[in-house]
Amino acid sequence: MLMKKFIEKDEKAMERTILHCDMNNFYASVECFLNPDLKPYPVAVCGSVEERHGIVLAKNYKAKACGVTTGEAVWQAQQKCRDLVIVPPHYEEYMKFSKAARKIYEDYTDQVEAFGMDECWLDVTGSVGIYGDGEKIAQEIRERIKFELGLTVSIGVSFNKIFAKLGSDLKKPDAVTCIPKERFKEIVWPLAASEMLGVGRATEKKLAACGVRTIGTLATWPVEFFEKKFGKFGVALWLFANGLDESRVAAADASVPVKSVGHGTTALQDLENAAEVWRIMLALTQEIGHKLYTYEKRACGVQIDVRDNKLFTKQWQCPLPHPTQSASEIARTAFDLFCRSYEWRNPIRSVTVRAINLTAQNTPYQLDLFCDPLHTEKTEKIDRTVEDLRLRFGMDIIRNACLLDNPKMSSGGGPQVIMPTGVPT
Amino acid sequence: MAETKYRKVYVDVFALMRQDGMLLPKGFIWEDGAKYKIDRVRHAAPAASTKVGGRGIRYTVVIGGQEQYLYREEDDRWFMEAPVYQ
Repeated sequence: MLMKKFIEKDEKAMERTILHCDMNNFYASVECFLNPDLKPYPVAVCGSVEERHGIVLAKNYKAKACGVTTGEAVWQAQQKCRDLVIVPPHYEEYMKFSKAARKIYEDYTDQVEAFGMDECWLDVTGSVGIYGDGEKIAQEIRERIKFELGLTVSIGVSFNKIFAKLGSDLKKPDAVTCIPKERFKEIVWPLAASEMLGVGRATEKKLAACGVRTIGTLATWPVEFFEKKFGKFGVALWLFANGLDESRVAAADASVPVKSVGHGTTALQDLENAAEVWRIMLALTQEIGHKLYTYEKRACGVQIDVRDNKLFTKQWQCPLPHPTQSASEIARTAFDLFCRSYEWRNPIRSVTVRAINLTAQNTPYQLDLFCDPLHTEKTEKIDRTVEDLRLRFGMDIIRNACLLDNPKMSSGGGPQVIMPTGVPT
Repeated sequence: MAETKYRKVYVDVFALMRQDGMLLPKGFIWEDGAKYKIDRVRHAAPAASTKVGGRGIRYTVVIGGQEQYLYREEDDRWFMEAPVYQ
Protein backbone atom coordinates (compact mmCIF):
# COMPACT_ATOMS: atom_id res chain seq x y z
CA MET A 1 0.00 0.00 0.00
CA LEU A 2 2.72 2.40 1.14
CA MET A 3 4.88 1.36 -1.82
CA LYS A 4 2.05 2.10 -4.30
CA LYS A 5 1.50 5.55 -2.80
CA PHE A 6 5.16 6.52 -3.26
CA ILE A 7 5.31 5.26 -6.86
CA GLU A 8 2.09 7.08 -7.89
CA LYS A 9 3.43 10.32 -6.38
CA ASP A 10 6.70 9.96 -8.32
CA GLU A 11 4.91 9.45 -11.65
CA LYS A 12 3.18 12.82 -11.25
CA ALA A 13 6.38 14.72 -10.40
CA MET A 14 8.33 16.58 -13.09
CA GLU A 15 11.75 15.11 -13.79
CA ARG A 16 14.58 17.20 -12.40
CA THR A 17 18.21 17.54 -13.51
CA ILE A 18 20.53 17.49 -10.51
CA LEU A 19 24.32 17.70 -10.61
CA HIS A 20 26.68 16.77 -7.80
CA CYS A 21 30.15 18.26 -8.17
CA ASP A 22 32.95 16.79 -6.09
CA MET A 23 36.43 18.34 -6.31
CA ASN A 24 38.94 15.48 -6.40
CA ASN A 25 41.35 15.16 -3.43
CA PHE A 26 40.51 18.75 -2.70
CA TYR A 27 43.08 19.79 -0.05
CA ALA A 28 45.90 17.83 -1.67
CA SER A 29 45.02 19.09 -5.17
CA VAL A 30 45.07 22.71 -3.99
CA GLU A 31 48.46 22.18 -2.32
CA CYS A 32 49.90 20.60 -5.49
CA PHE A 33 48.43 23.36 -7.63
CA LEU A 34 49.90 26.13 -5.48
CA ASN A 35 53.26 24.41 -5.33
CA PRO A 36 53.79 22.56 -8.63
CA ASP A 37 57.11 21.14 -7.34
CA LEU A 38 55.01 18.75 -5.22
CA LYS A 39 53.28 17.18 -8.24
CA PRO A 40 55.74 14.32 -8.89
CA TYR A 41 55.57 13.13 -5.25
CA PRO A 42 53.03 11.36 -3.06
CA VAL A 43 51.55 14.17 -0.95
CA ALA A 44 49.41 14.08 2.19
CA VAL A 45 47.85 17.06 3.93
CA CYS A 46 48.11 16.32 7.65
CA GLY A 47 47.12 18.03 10.89
CA SER A 48 49.76 19.13 13.36
CA VAL A 49 51.37 16.26 15.28
CA GLU A 50 52.47 18.68 18.04
CA GLU A 51 48.87 19.79 18.58
CA ARG A 52 47.79 16.14 18.54
CA HIS A 53 45.84 16.45 15.29
CA GLY A 54 48.39 14.28 13.50
CA ILE A 55 46.15 12.48 11.02
CA VAL A 56 45.93 12.42 7.22
CA LEU A 57 43.27 14.89 6.10
CA ALA A 58 43.71 14.36 2.35
CA LYS A 59 46.15 12.76 -0.05
CA ASN A 60 46.88 12.82 -3.77
CA TYR A 61 46.57 9.83 -6.10
CA LYS A 62 50.25 8.92 -5.79
CA ALA A 63 49.91 8.65 -2.00
CA LYS A 64 46.67 6.74 -2.43
CA ALA A 65 48.46 4.23 -4.67
CA CYS A 66 50.88 3.57 -1.78
CA GLY A 67 47.94 2.70 0.45
CA VAL A 68 47.72 5.97 2.41
CA THR A 69 44.17 6.48 3.66
CA THR A 70 42.37 9.53 5.00
CA GLY A 71 42.05 9.53 8.78
CA GLU A 72 45.07 7.38 9.60
CA ALA A 73 47.90 8.61 11.83
CA VAL A 74 50.82 10.39 10.19
CA TRP A 75 53.31 7.74 11.36
CA GLN A 76 51.18 4.99 9.81
CA ALA A 77 51.08 6.85 6.49
CA GLN A 78 54.85 7.35 6.62
CA GLN A 79 55.37 3.65 7.22
CA LYS A 80 53.35 2.80 4.12
CA CYS A 81 55.01 5.42 1.96
CA ARG A 82 58.63 6.35 2.66
CA ASP A 83 58.73 9.32 0.22
CA LEU A 84 55.48 10.81 1.47
CA VAL A 85 55.59 14.61 1.47
CA ILE A 86 53.60 15.97 4.39
CA VAL A 87 52.17 19.45 4.15
CA PRO A 88 50.10 21.35 6.75
CA PRO A 89 46.56 22.43 5.79
CA HIS A 90 45.95 25.98 4.51
CA TYR A 91 42.24 26.43 5.08
CA GLU A 92 42.16 30.03 3.86
CA GLU A 93 43.38 28.87 0.44
CA TYR A 94 40.86 26.00 0.34
CA MET A 95 38.08 28.45 1.12
CA LYS A 96 39.18 30.73 -1.72
CA PHE A 97 39.06 27.81 -4.19
CA SER A 98 35.75 26.62 -2.79
CA LYS A 99 34.23 30.09 -3.27
CA ALA A 100 35.66 30.36 -6.79
CA ALA A 101 34.14 26.98 -7.74
CA ARG A 102 30.82 28.06 -6.31
CA LYS A 103 30.93 31.20 -8.40
CA ILE A 104 31.29 29.03 -11.51
CA TYR A 105 28.34 26.85 -10.43
CA GLU A 106 26.22 29.96 -9.88
CA ASP A 107 26.65 30.88 -13.54
CA TYR A 108 24.34 27.94 -14.32
CA THR A 109 21.76 28.04 -11.53
CA ASP A 110 20.79 29.86 -8.37
CA GLN A 111 20.13 26.54 -6.63
CA VAL A 112 23.58 25.59 -5.34
CA GLU A 113 23.75 23.69 -2.06
CA ALA A 114 27.14 23.11 -0.47
CA PHE A 115 27.96 19.77 1.16
CA GLY A 116 31.24 20.57 2.84
CA MET A 117 33.93 22.71 1.26
CA ASP A 118 34.51 20.59 -1.85
CA GLU A 119 31.08 19.27 -2.78
CA CYS A 120 27.95 20.96 -4.11
CA TRP A 121 24.58 19.98 -5.49
CA LEU A 122 23.19 22.01 -8.37
CA ASP A 123 19.60 21.90 -9.58
CA VAL A 124 19.89 22.87 -13.26
CA THR A 125 16.33 21.86 -14.25
CA GLY A 126 15.53 25.45 -15.18
CA SER A 127 18.75 25.96 -17.16
CA VAL A 128 18.66 23.02 -19.58
CA GLY A 129 16.77 25.11 -22.14
CA ILE A 130 19.61 27.67 -22.15
CA TYR A 131 22.79 25.62 -21.70
CA GLY A 132 21.80 22.16 -22.99
CA ASP A 133 21.08 18.97 -21.08
CA GLY A 134 22.55 17.96 -17.72
CA GLU A 135 25.52 16.15 -19.22
CA LYS A 136 26.46 19.12 -21.42
CA ILE A 137 26.30 21.49 -18.45
CA ALA A 138 28.37 19.03 -16.36
CA GLN A 139 31.05 18.76 -19.07
CA GLU A 140 31.22 22.53 -19.37
CA ILE A 141 31.57 22.95 -15.59
CA ARG A 142 34.24 20.24 -15.48
CA GLU A 143 36.28 21.98 -18.18
CA ARG A 144 35.86 25.42 -16.62
CA ILE A 145 36.99 24.23 -13.17
CA LYS A 146 40.06 22.69 -14.77
CA PHE A 147 40.89 25.72 -16.87
CA GLU A 148 40.02 28.49 -14.42
CA LEU A 149 41.01 26.88 -11.10
CA GLY A 150 43.53 24.25 -12.20
CA LEU A 151 41.67 21.51 -10.29
CA THR A 152 39.73 18.47 -11.39
CA VAL A 153 36.15 17.67 -10.50
CA SER A 154 33.94 14.59 -10.74
CA ILE A 155 30.32 15.27 -11.56
CA GLY A 156 27.30 13.04 -11.19
CA VAL A 157 24.19 13.87 -13.24
CA SER A 158 20.88 12.40 -12.26
CA PHE A 159 17.25 13.12 -11.43
CA ASN A 160 17.70 13.32 -7.65
CA LYS A 161 20.37 14.34 -5.14
CA ILE A 162 21.17 10.83 -3.93
CA PHE A 163 21.96 9.38 -7.37
CA ALA A 164 23.80 12.55 -8.44
CA LYS A 165 26.08 12.10 -5.42
CA LEU A 166 26.47 8.41 -6.18
CA GLY A 167 27.35 9.26 -9.80
CA SER A 168 30.11 11.65 -8.77
CA ASP A 169 31.72 8.84 -6.75
CA LEU A 170 31.63 6.30 -9.59
CA LYS A 171 34.25 7.79 -11.94
CA LYS A 172 37.24 9.76 -10.64
CA PRO A 173 39.07 12.01 -11.34
CA ASP A 174 37.95 14.58 -13.90
CA ALA A 175 34.85 12.75 -15.13
CA VAL A 176 31.12 13.02 -15.64
CA THR A 177 28.79 10.12 -14.84
CA CYS A 178 25.13 10.17 -15.84
CA ILE A 179 22.48 8.10 -14.10
CA PRO A 180 19.29 8.68 -16.12
CA LYS A 181 15.89 7.64 -14.83
CA GLU A 182 15.50 4.97 -17.53
CA ARG A 183 18.77 3.23 -16.66
CA PHE A 184 19.23 3.77 -12.93
CA LYS A 185 18.30 0.19 -12.06
CA GLU A 186 21.09 -1.32 -14.16
CA ILE A 187 23.69 1.24 -12.95
CA VAL A 188 22.82 1.67 -9.29
CA TRP A 189 21.18 -1.52 -8.09
CA PRO A 190 24.21 -3.83 -8.44
CA LEU A 191 26.31 -1.47 -6.25
CA ALA A 192 27.02 -2.18 -2.57
CA ALA A 193 24.52 -0.58 -0.20
CA SER A 194 27.37 1.33 1.45
CA GLU A 195 27.88 3.34 -1.76
CA MET A 196 24.63 5.18 -1.11
CA LEU A 197 24.52 8.40 0.88
CA GLY A 198 22.97 7.67 4.27
CA VAL A 199 24.43 4.19 4.61
CA GLY A 200 27.39 4.57 6.93
CA ARG A 201 29.40 1.83 8.59
CA ALA A 202 26.83 1.20 11.33
CA THR A 203 23.85 1.05 8.95
CA GLU A 204 25.83 -1.10 6.52
CA LYS A 205 26.42 -3.63 9.30
CA LYS A 206 22.75 -3.65 10.32
CA LEU A 207 21.65 -4.08 6.70
CA ALA A 208 24.15 -6.87 6.12
CA ALA A 209 22.84 -8.63 9.21
CA CYS A 210 19.42 -8.74 7.50
CA GLY A 211 21.00 -9.95 4.27
CA VAL A 212 20.80 -6.60 2.47
CA ARG A 213 24.13 -6.01 0.74
CA THR A 214 23.27 -4.22 -2.50
CA ILE A 215 21.19 -1.15 -3.29
CA GLY A 216 19.06 -3.41 -5.49
CA THR A 217 18.11 -5.65 -2.57
CA LEU A 218 17.34 -2.59 -0.49
CA ALA A 219 15.08 -1.30 -3.27
CA THR A 220 13.19 -4.48 -4.02
CA TRP A 221 12.39 -5.60 -0.50
CA PRO A 222 9.09 -4.29 0.90
CA VAL A 223 9.33 -0.83 2.45
CA GLU A 224 7.38 -2.07 5.50
CA PHE A 225 10.35 -4.28 6.42
CA PHE A 226 12.71 -1.31 6.64
CA GLU A 227 10.12 0.81 8.40
CA LYS A 228 9.83 -1.85 11.08
CA LYS A 229 13.57 -2.28 11.36
CA PHE A 230 14.84 1.35 11.15
CA GLY A 231 11.70 3.49 11.49
CA LYS A 232 11.48 6.70 9.41
CA PHE A 233 15.13 6.41 8.41
CA GLY A 234 14.45 2.97 6.92
CA VAL A 235 11.66 4.37 4.74
CA ALA A 236 14.03 7.16 3.61
CA LEU A 237 16.69 4.60 2.64
CA TRP A 238 14.16 2.57 0.68
CA LEU A 239 13.01 5.71 -1.14
CA PHE A 240 16.63 6.64 -1.94
CA ALA A 241 17.33 3.19 -3.37
CA ASN A 242 14.23 3.39 -5.57
CA GLY A 243 15.14 6.80 -6.96
CA LEU A 244 12.23 8.40 -5.14
CA ASP A 245 14.24 10.98 -3.16
CA GLU A 246 12.49 14.32 -3.47
CA SER A 247 14.76 16.49 -1.32
CA ARG A 248 15.29 19.87 -2.92
CA VAL A 249 18.55 21.62 -3.64
CA ALA A 250 18.64 24.68 -1.41
CA ALA A 251 18.88 28.14 -2.97
CA ALA A 252 22.40 29.57 -3.13
CA ASP A 253 21.55 32.33 -0.65
CA ALA A 254 19.57 30.11 1.74
CA SER A 255 20.76 30.20 5.32
CA VAL A 256 20.35 27.24 7.62
CA PRO A 257 18.80 28.13 11.00
CA VAL A 258 21.30 27.80 13.84
CA LYS A 259 20.25 24.95 16.13
CA SER A 260 23.26 24.77 18.43
CA VAL A 261 26.61 26.45 18.91
CA GLY A 262 29.55 24.31 19.95
CA HIS A 263 33.26 24.51 20.34
CA GLY A 264 35.73 21.75 21.10
CA THR A 265 39.44 21.22 21.38
CA THR A 266 42.03 18.51 21.78
CA ALA A 267 44.31 19.54 24.64
CA LEU A 268 48.03 19.77 23.89
CA GLN A 269 48.62 17.45 26.86
CA ASP A 270 46.07 15.26 28.64
CA LEU A 271 44.02 17.01 31.32
CA GLU A 272 44.71 15.51 34.74
CA ASN A 273 42.33 17.34 37.08
CA ALA A 274 39.11 19.35 37.28
CA ALA A 275 40.93 22.71 37.45
CA GLU A 276 42.50 22.07 34.05
CA VAL A 277 39.12 21.05 32.61
CA TRP A 278 37.58 24.27 33.99
CA ARG A 279 40.15 26.44 32.19
CA ILE A 280 39.55 24.62 28.92
CA MET A 281 35.77 24.91 29.30
CA LEU A 282 35.99 28.59 30.14
CA ALA A 283 38.16 29.17 27.06
CA LEU A 284 35.74 27.23 24.84
CA THR A 285 32.67 29.06 26.09
CA GLN A 286 34.20 32.47 25.27
CA GLU A 287 33.80 31.57 21.60
CA ILE A 288 30.31 30.15 22.19
CA GLY A 289 29.11 33.27 24.04
CA HIS A 290 30.48 35.44 21.26
CA LYS A 291 28.69 33.44 18.57
CA LEU A 292 25.38 33.43 20.50
CA TYR A 293 25.68 37.19 20.79
CA THR A 294 26.37 37.50 17.05
CA TYR A 295 23.47 35.20 16.12
CA GLU A 296 21.19 36.99 18.63
CA LYS A 297 20.34 33.72 20.36
CA ARG A 298 20.14 32.47 23.93
CA ALA A 299 20.87 28.93 25.02
CA CYS A 300 18.42 26.97 27.16
CA GLY A 301 20.73 24.00 27.69
CA VAL A 302 24.32 22.81 27.69
CA GLN A 303 25.86 19.67 26.25
CA ILE A 304 29.39 18.43 26.89
CA ASP A 305 31.46 15.75 25.16
CA VAL A 306 34.48 14.37 26.97
CA ARG A 307 37.00 12.03 25.36
CA ASP A 308 39.62 10.34 27.51
CA ASN A 309 43.12 9.33 26.45
CA LYS A 310 41.83 5.83 25.55
CA LEU A 311 39.60 7.60 22.99
CA PHE A 312 36.43 6.68 24.88
CA THR A 313 33.87 9.46 24.41
CA LYS A 314 30.88 10.26 26.56
CA GLN A 315 28.25 12.95 26.24
CA TRP A 316 25.99 14.62 28.80
CA GLN A 317 23.50 17.46 28.70
CA CYS A 318 21.43 19.53 31.13
CA PRO A 319 19.16 22.59 31.04
CA LEU A 320 20.42 26.04 32.03
CA PRO A 321 18.62 27.75 34.96
CA HIS A 322 17.35 30.38 32.49
CA PRO A 323 18.03 31.17 28.81
CA THR A 324 21.40 32.93 28.50
CA GLN A 325 24.19 33.94 26.15
CA SER A 326 26.68 34.58 28.95
CA ALA A 327 29.93 32.70 28.40
CA SER A 328 30.72 32.43 32.12
CA GLU A 329 27.25 31.13 32.97
CA ILE A 330 27.42 28.47 30.25
CA ALA A 331 30.93 27.55 31.42
CA ARG A 332 29.77 27.19 35.04
CA THR A 333 26.83 24.98 34.09
CA ALA A 334 29.02 22.88 31.79
CA PHE A 335 31.63 22.47 34.52
CA ASP A 336 29.01 21.53 37.16
CA LEU A 337 27.65 18.95 34.74
CA PHE A 338 31.17 17.62 34.17
CA CYS A 339 31.90 17.37 37.91
CA ARG A 340 28.61 15.55 38.51
CA SER A 341 29.01 13.13 35.64
CA TYR A 342 32.64 12.32 34.89
CA GLU A 343 34.40 9.60 36.82
CA TRP A 344 38.15 10.13 36.75
CA ARG A 345 39.32 6.79 35.41
CA ASN A 346 41.59 8.21 32.72
CA PRO A 347 43.05 11.63 31.89
CA ILE A 348 41.10 13.62 29.33
CA ARG A 349 42.21 14.20 25.75
CA SER A 350 39.50 16.43 24.33
CA VAL A 351 36.51 18.45 25.51
CA THR A 352 33.59 19.93 23.57
CA VAL A 353 30.97 22.30 24.97
CA ARG A 354 27.76 23.01 23.09
CA ALA A 355 24.99 25.54 23.73
CA ILE A 356 21.74 23.80 22.79
CA ASN A 357 17.99 24.48 22.58
CA LEU A 358 18.53 27.99 21.27
CA THR A 359 15.82 30.65 21.39
CA ALA A 360 15.71 34.13 19.93
CA GLN A 361 17.39 36.73 22.11
CA ASN A 362 14.17 38.66 22.70
CA THR A 363 11.98 35.67 23.61
CA PRO A 364 10.41 36.36 27.03
CA TYR A 365 11.10 33.81 29.74
CA GLN A 366 9.65 33.02 33.16
CA LEU A 367 11.66 34.20 36.16
CA ASP A 368 11.49 32.11 39.29
CA LEU A 369 10.89 33.40 42.80
CA PHE A 370 14.39 32.82 44.09
CA CYS A 371 16.57 34.34 41.36
CA ASP A 372 17.92 37.86 41.50
CA PRO A 373 16.92 39.65 38.27
CA LEU A 374 19.01 42.70 39.13
CA HIS A 375 22.13 40.60 39.44
CA THR A 376 21.34 38.85 36.13
CA GLU A 377 20.84 42.22 34.44
CA LYS A 378 24.15 43.52 35.77
CA THR A 379 26.00 40.39 34.57
CA GLU A 380 24.37 40.70 31.16
CA LYS A 381 25.49 44.32 30.90
CA ILE A 382 29.08 43.27 31.58
CA ASP A 383 28.80 40.48 29.01
CA ARG A 384 27.39 42.88 26.43
CA THR A 385 30.27 45.30 26.99
CA VAL A 386 32.78 42.47 26.59
CA GLU A 387 31.09 41.32 23.37
CA ASP A 388 30.97 44.85 21.97
CA LEU A 389 34.70 45.14 22.59
CA ARG A 390 35.28 41.81 20.85
CA LEU A 391 33.15 42.77 17.88
CA ARG A 392 35.14 45.98 17.48
CA PHE A 393 38.66 44.79 18.25
CA GLY A 394 38.68 40.99 17.91
CA MET A 395 38.40 38.06 20.30
CA ASP A 396 41.74 38.64 22.03
CA ILE A 397 41.07 42.20 23.16
CA ILE A 398 39.65 41.04 26.50
CA ARG A 399 39.75 37.71 28.29
CA ASN A 400 39.64 36.10 31.71
CA ALA A 401 42.92 36.47 33.58
CA CYS A 402 43.13 32.72 34.22
CA LEU A 403 43.15 32.11 30.44
CA LEU A 404 46.17 34.30 29.77
CA ASP A 405 48.57 31.41 30.02
CA ASN A 406 47.11 27.99 29.37
CA PRO A 407 49.84 25.60 28.22
CA LYS A 408 47.36 22.79 27.53
CA MET A 409 45.06 24.78 25.25
CA SER A 410 45.90 24.70 21.56
CA SER A 411 46.23 28.16 20.03
CA GLY A 412 43.43 27.45 17.55
CA GLY A 413 43.15 30.28 15.05
CA GLY A 414 42.42 29.90 11.37
CA PRO A 415 39.01 29.74 9.79
CA GLN A 416 36.39 27.41 11.19
CA VAL A 417 35.28 24.64 8.94
CA ILE A 418 31.79 23.19 9.07
CA MET A 419 31.78 19.58 7.94
CA PRO A 420 28.74 18.05 6.25
CA THR A 421 26.60 15.71 8.28
CA GLY A 422 23.60 13.52 7.65
CA VAL A 423 21.51 13.02 4.58
CA PRO A 424 19.47 15.55 2.63
CA THR A 425 16.10 16.48 4.10
CA MET B 1 64.44 16.07 -22.79
CA ALA B 2 63.80 17.48 -19.34
CA GLU B 3 60.61 19.46 -18.87
CA THR B 4 61.14 23.23 -18.61
CA LYS B 5 60.52 24.52 -15.10
CA TYR B 6 58.87 27.83 -14.45
CA ARG B 7 58.77 30.24 -11.54
CA LYS B 8 56.25 32.86 -10.53
CA VAL B 9 57.43 36.43 -10.91
CA TYR B 10 55.32 39.25 -9.49
CA VAL B 11 55.61 42.40 -11.57
CA ASP B 12 54.64 46.08 -11.29
CA VAL B 13 52.10 46.92 -13.96
CA PHE B 14 51.06 50.14 -15.67
CA ALA B 15 47.38 49.78 -16.44
CA LEU B 16 44.56 51.82 -17.87
CA MET B 17 41.23 51.70 -16.11
CA ARG B 18 38.78 52.34 -18.94
CA GLN B 19 35.49 54.13 -18.47
CA ASP B 20 33.61 50.86 -19.10
CA GLY B 21 35.36 49.33 -16.06
CA MET B 22 37.81 47.19 -18.04
CA LEU B 23 41.37 47.17 -16.71
CA LEU B 24 43.95 47.08 -19.50
CA PRO B 25 47.66 46.48 -18.80
CA LYS B 26 49.87 48.82 -20.82
CA GLY B 27 53.33 47.87 -19.59
CA PHE B 28 55.23 46.29 -16.70
CA ILE B 29 58.51 46.39 -14.80
CA TRP B 30 60.40 43.08 -14.61
CA GLU B 31 62.17 42.06 -11.39
CA ASP B 32 65.52 43.36 -12.70
CA GLY B 33 64.02 46.83 -13.18
CA ALA B 34 63.65 46.62 -16.98
CA LYS B 35 60.49 48.26 -18.33
CA TYR B 36 58.46 46.59 -21.07
CA LYS B 37 55.65 47.98 -23.19
CA ILE B 38 52.62 45.83 -23.94
CA ASP B 39 51.80 46.24 -27.64
CA ARG B 40 48.42 44.56 -27.55
CA VAL B 41 46.04 42.73 -25.26
CA ARG B 42 44.66 39.87 -27.32
CA HIS B 43 42.38 38.24 -24.78
CA ALA B 44 41.39 38.32 -21.12
CA ALA B 45 39.58 35.52 -19.29
CA PRO B 46 39.69 33.71 -15.94
CA ALA B 47 42.37 31.00 -16.02
CA ALA B 48 44.77 29.05 -13.85
CA SER B 49 48.50 28.80 -14.29
CA THR B 50 49.38 25.17 -13.65
CA LYS B 51 53.05 25.93 -14.40
CA VAL B 52 53.62 28.17 -11.39
CA GLY B 53 50.47 27.76 -9.31
CA GLY B 54 48.28 30.81 -9.45
CA ARG B 55 44.98 31.92 -10.88
CA GLY B 56 42.97 34.98 -11.77
CA ILE B 57 42.28 36.93 -14.94
CA ARG B 58 44.74 35.86 -17.60
CA TYR B 59 45.66 38.54 -20.12
CA THR B 60 47.15 37.25 -23.34
CA VAL B 61 49.48 40.12 -24.23
CA VAL B 62 51.87 40.82 -27.11
CA ILE B 63 55.31 42.15 -26.11
CA GLY B 64 57.84 42.80 -28.88
CA GLY B 65 55.91 40.51 -31.22
CA GLN B 66 55.85 37.65 -28.66
CA GLU B 67 52.72 36.38 -27.02
CA GLN B 68 52.88 36.10 -23.21
CA TYR B 69 50.48 35.55 -20.35
CA LEU B 70 50.04 38.14 -17.62
CA TYR B 71 47.86 37.13 -14.68
CA ARG B 72 45.95 39.40 -12.31
CA GLU B 73 45.17 37.65 -9.03
CA GLU B 74 42.09 38.23 -6.87
CA ASP B 75 44.04 40.61 -4.64
CA ASP B 76 45.09 42.65 -7.72
CA ARG B 77 48.69 41.44 -7.76
CA TRP B 78 50.10 40.71 -11.21
CA PHE B 79 52.40 37.83 -12.05
CA MET B 80 54.07 36.17 -15.03
CA GLU B 81 55.55 32.75 -15.71
CA ALA B 82 59.33 32.82 -16.12
CA PRO B 83 61.26 29.78 -17.40
CA VAL B 84 64.06 28.56 -15.15
CA TYR B 85 67.25 27.86 -17.12
CA GLN B 86 69.62 25.38 -15.50
